[in-house]
Amino acid sequence: MDESVLNKLKILAESAKYDVSCASSGTSRSHKKGQIGSAEGWGICHSFAEDGRCISLLKIMLTNNCIYDCAYCINRRSNDLPRATFSVTELVNLTIEFYRRNYIEGLFLSSGVVRNPDYTMERLVRVVKDLRQVYKFNGYIHMKSIPGASQELVNEAGLYADRMSVNIEIPNEQSLQLLAPEKDFQSVFTPMRFIQQGMLQSAEDRKKYRHAPRFVPAGQSTQMIVGATPDKDKDILHLTSALYKRPSMKRVYYSGFVPVNAYDHRLPALKQPPLIRENRLYQADWLLRFYNFKVDEIVDDSYPDLDLEIDPKLAWALRHPEAFPIDVNRADYEMLLRVPGLGVKSAKMIVTARRYSRLGTAQLKQIGVVLKKAQYFITCHELPTKTVNELKPENVRRILTQRTNRKIDDGQLIIPFDFIN
Amino acid sequence: MVIFIYDKTFDGLLTAVFDAYSYKKFPDILLGEGETLPLFYDESFTVTTDSERSERVWKGLQKKLSVPALSQLTTCWLSELPEIDLLLFRYIRKTIDAPRSIELNFGDPDVLELSKVFKQVKNERLRVIQFLRFQKAADGTYFAALKPLYNVLSLVIPYLQDRFADQKWLLYDLKREYGYYYDLTTVTEVHFEQKEGHLLTGFLDESIMDQDEKLFQQLWQTYFKTIAIKERLNPKLHRQNLPARFWKYLTEKRG
Ligand code: SF4
Repeated sequence: MDESVLNKLKILAESAKYDVSCASSGTSRSHKKGQIGSAEGWGICHSFAEDGRCISLLKIMLTNNCIYDCAYCINRRSNDLPRATFSVTELVNLTIEFYRRNYIEGLFLSSGVVRNPDYTMERLVRVVKDLRQVYKFNGYIHMKSIPGASQELVNEAGLYADRMSVNIEIPNEQSLQLLAPEKDFQSVFTPMRFIQQGMLQSAEDRKKYRHAPRFVPAGQSTQMIVGATPDKDKDILHLTSALYKRPSMKRVYYSGFVPVNAYDHRLPALKQPPLIRENRLYQADWLLRFYNFKVDEIVDDSYPDLDLEIDPKLAWALRHPEAFPIDVNRADYEMLLRVPGLGVKSAKMIVTARRYSRLGTAQLKQIGVVLKKAQYFITCHELPTKTVNELKPENVRRILTQRTNRKIDDGQLIIPFDFIN
Repeated sequence: MVIFIYDKTFDGLLTAVFDAYSYKKFPDILLGEGETLPLFYDESFTVTTDSERSERVWKGLQKKLSVPALSQLTTCWLSELPEIDLLLFRYIRKTIDAPRSIELNFGDPDVLELSKVFKQVKNERLRVIQFLRFQKAADGTYFAALKPLYNVLSLVIPYLQDRFADQKWLLYDLKREYGYYYDLTTVTEVHFEQKEGHLLTGFLDESIMDQDEKLFQQLWQTYFKTIAIKERLNPKLHRQNLPARFWKYLTEKRG
């Protein structure tokens, strides 16, 4: 290791940073006696970058050279920017040494495509294989699968990685082909299918032989860029919802488009990345995954885009005043989850606390329930009955958005952890 | 007003519970040995810590409380908050007196309060796990030091044992002046008579650093700076997620 690595690190982190997925959760690769690393439990953020985002993994490219020319990507071949390539040893060392100092949970490895997909994929596999087999590293590894790589290589990578991902980037095939002429949906969905097949195969094998190797235990994820094409939230969320129907798909990430190649007129000129829209998509994503919402309840032909002013759950509730008010002392957990302002935690607290005593506003506040939004949608012991039905949805909306002008500004990016309340 | 005087240990507190039930007197105030008594009070008792009695109280609690609720008691003790002992005393007393576990009865102010303290201590433990940074010394030991708000080091050790089983390490609390050292086989609590530079400042002097340590610190600092997306800078969120009180000991914030 020497100073030259410093320069490479700078170039290759710069090139990797637009991929927003960072989570290191969802796996259970436990520590082994006398070895380095463990990826048990929840992903830990070891730091937060100045854009407020969690730093959990060393997010890095093996090389930022690329034979492709995707319009939305900083590393496209027609860009004139410093290029660098790590050797396998350098990257492995860097990961291990960062990990030993408690800087990171593990590695998030991606790469530009050099020579051909298999050549690139093979190099990536060597990095993760060395980490696991030579260094006995049990930390978290997220590896991008290179579109076009062979199934054999995907199968090998899956033995070492905790999670793999293939980014869709553009939610509509025509737009994708316009912006990335060398790609189509096939080139994205084929490697996704390889990963899924690997997982299912391994699950089968493990039924027969308990010690059959595990295959990407944390499943796969993908990312879509938001705001680079005219696609609607409806298109994005329908694709998301279809992806979540596949057992292997654990997370869909949304990345507000950052105009890295302003000269390319196929792309819109945005002053700022669409961060609020991105945030609303994450909220909608949570409704799909944890709140039992169907995608048609969130967006449809009459409402093809998410409301930027209010969160998607509140938007749904205002469109469906007939479902309210809900009696917090009696309603099912499922129904509590539908109340704007009540998150999973609050709903659980309510279910527990009402076993001991009937709940009024005072008790709700005491157990930490925030009533700002919820008050218009619930009844409890003694709450005045000014609910959404008496006030009318448009008035509730006005009350709740009155002061939010300021909020929209500094709400820039809210990390999608527990903000749906 | 009834005052109990005890040695400010957790065992002492449990002994005090035992004594209270045998005297049928319950403290309004708990004081440490040598602390000043208030001007007026009715009675004072001095508790002599006794492992047998404290053990009996603990066994009794084990029958009434779930494992997480028990660990909540010991965890909250580590908060070292001024009146945490009295709060724990009341909680334990209510547990003993109630026919069934009170642990989920958040309508009770003591139960609610204790759950809040618990959350705070657990948060601090998590932050230490997130933000502790090892520096490698020339002898191969990895050294990390910080000043946690609560006395949470002991709660962090299992995490370190899991991850860093093949390296020697020392995690040190600069505020409470003790630490835990792992020598590749066991973890021991350590106190130092003589405090060298890094036990005071938290930073290894370059003369005792591993030869590559400086480079890795620079690499990490570079990475940290580079990875932020300039178009999305958000100092407020940054501060909220990475509290300023940790910055001093964070390698990446010293670059
Ligand atoms: S293939 Fe990947 S690295 Fe290459 S230009 Fe396209 S998005 Fe960028």
